[in-house]
Amino acid sequence: MTIEKDKNLALTGGAAAAEALKQINPDVMPVYPITPQTPIIETYAKMVADGEADTEIIHVESEHSAMSAAMGAEAAGARTVTASSSQGIMLMAEILPIVSGSRLPVLMLVSARAISGPINIHGDHEDVMAVRDLGWIQIFSENAQEVYDNSFIALRLAEKVRLPAMVIMDGFQTSHSVENLEILDLPHAKDFSGEYKPKKYLLDTENPVSFGPVALQNSFFEFKRQEEEAMSEALPEYKNVCDGYAKMSGRQYDYFETYRLEDAERAVVVAGSTAGTAKVAIDELREKGEKVGLLKIKLFRPFPYAQIAEALKSAKNIAVLDRTISFGSVAPLYGEIVNSLFSNLNSQIPIQSYIYGLGGREIFKEDLKKVFDELRNETHNKINYIGLK
Amino acid sequence: MAENWKEIEEGAVIKHDIKKSPRTGDWRYMKPEVNKESCIGCGQCFSLCPEACIDYDENRKADIDYNFCKGCGVCATVCPKKSIKMGKNT
Repeated sequence: MTIEKDKNLALTGGAAAAEALKQINPDVMPVYPITPQTPIIETYAKMVADGEADTEIIHVESEHSAMSAAMGAEAAGARTVTASSSQGIMLMAEILPIVSGSRLPVLMLVSARAISGPINIHGDHEDVMAVRDLGWIQIFSENAQEVYDNSFIALRLAEKVRLPAMVIMDGFQTSHSVENLEILDLPHAKDFSGEYKPKKYLLDTENPVSFGPVALQNSFFEFKRQEEEAMSEALPEYKNVCDGYAKMSGRQYDYFETYRLEDAERAVVVAGSTAGTAKVAIDELREKGEKVGLLKIKLFRPFPYAQIAEALKSAKNIAVLDRTISFGSVAPLYGEIVNSLFSNLNSQIPIQSYIYGLGGREIFKEDLKKVFDELRNETHNKINYIGLK
Repeated sequence: MAENWKEIEEGAVIKHDIKKSPRTGDWRYMKPEVNKESCIGCGQCFSLCPEACIDYDENRKADIDYNFCKGCGVCATVCPKKSIKMGKNT
């Protein structure tokens, strides 16, 4: 594809998501505003008001209603998207597993934010990590470009395996920061997103169906097993969708991104915008001859255990940075990395757990360098906190 | 109900294929029985059944689809001739 100059835009992460939505032009979007997700829906609402897209935006009275309406619209056979953050996702939490359990591929754009209390409107991953076991595909984005690209990838993947998907950006750091990105031209975008053709939907009067029946001891277990099968199918399918997207856009994505990891002895694993800071820290340390590298998480659900184990197998010491806290337990990403290496390679590579950036607490290049420095030593075997006062 | 998890309906979406669908009638505790002698075919049970599982048979008598009847007893309560009796499901 030739790249035209007007395909390069400077947008916030939220506006980049809205730009992707404009090209997808979904049928229905039930939404309720919440910081820091608001840039997505206010930008998109303006596009619809200006006649650039003809999505039916439903203004609902809460996020519980937003997700309920999204489920109803998707079940009716409409391509449906919504967006939320933090307490909004908490309020949606009752409906999230019903959407996935009913195998409805709703797309949700998430500007990840701390969850109360005490109240805090700034970015971290507590909200999306709190709902990680509810049957939604979760894809993390580092910057506005990835938000835009992941919106297309998640939509296609969700509709292919019939599971709902979240595209996650860091609240404020990504959702409100203006960055340069390259967008698709409309014919390519339309061609890639295609038309939504559900197998079963409520408005198909020739083949009537019921959604949301009761399934008790005699069948509930089987439905859950089937849902898990769909999640495991989503793993190879994600790769196929990414490859298809790369052919069209020239931007190749994978389960995760590695940065100078091949010969790295000390590695950091992180999701979201902090990966950008880590790359700068790594470049500076590499100039001094230090063998350091990064594994940036993209696909978090389903989690690519085997692929990650393979990518990290030559590291001598690994730090996993979680932007959330799992009270009374290990941090979620840390737990996944330990499981990846142990269950796939029976590996005894030391792995350190770091928690950072809760409630929007800044993380700097120097903090990342300090983590790499600490990785020279043996295991700490405790939870480390970056930037804790 | 299919025996294998691979064969059941995706997402518990019920198509009109009784062999593959989870049936509400499977968990019924009480079961209504229609006395076809005294039933006058007035249709009150027909219109008030919340599962819409009562129809007329060929003699215009109430006919219950036990695959979907959940045993709520509304039909027995509304029957003006007391022709529907609730008994324990066996």
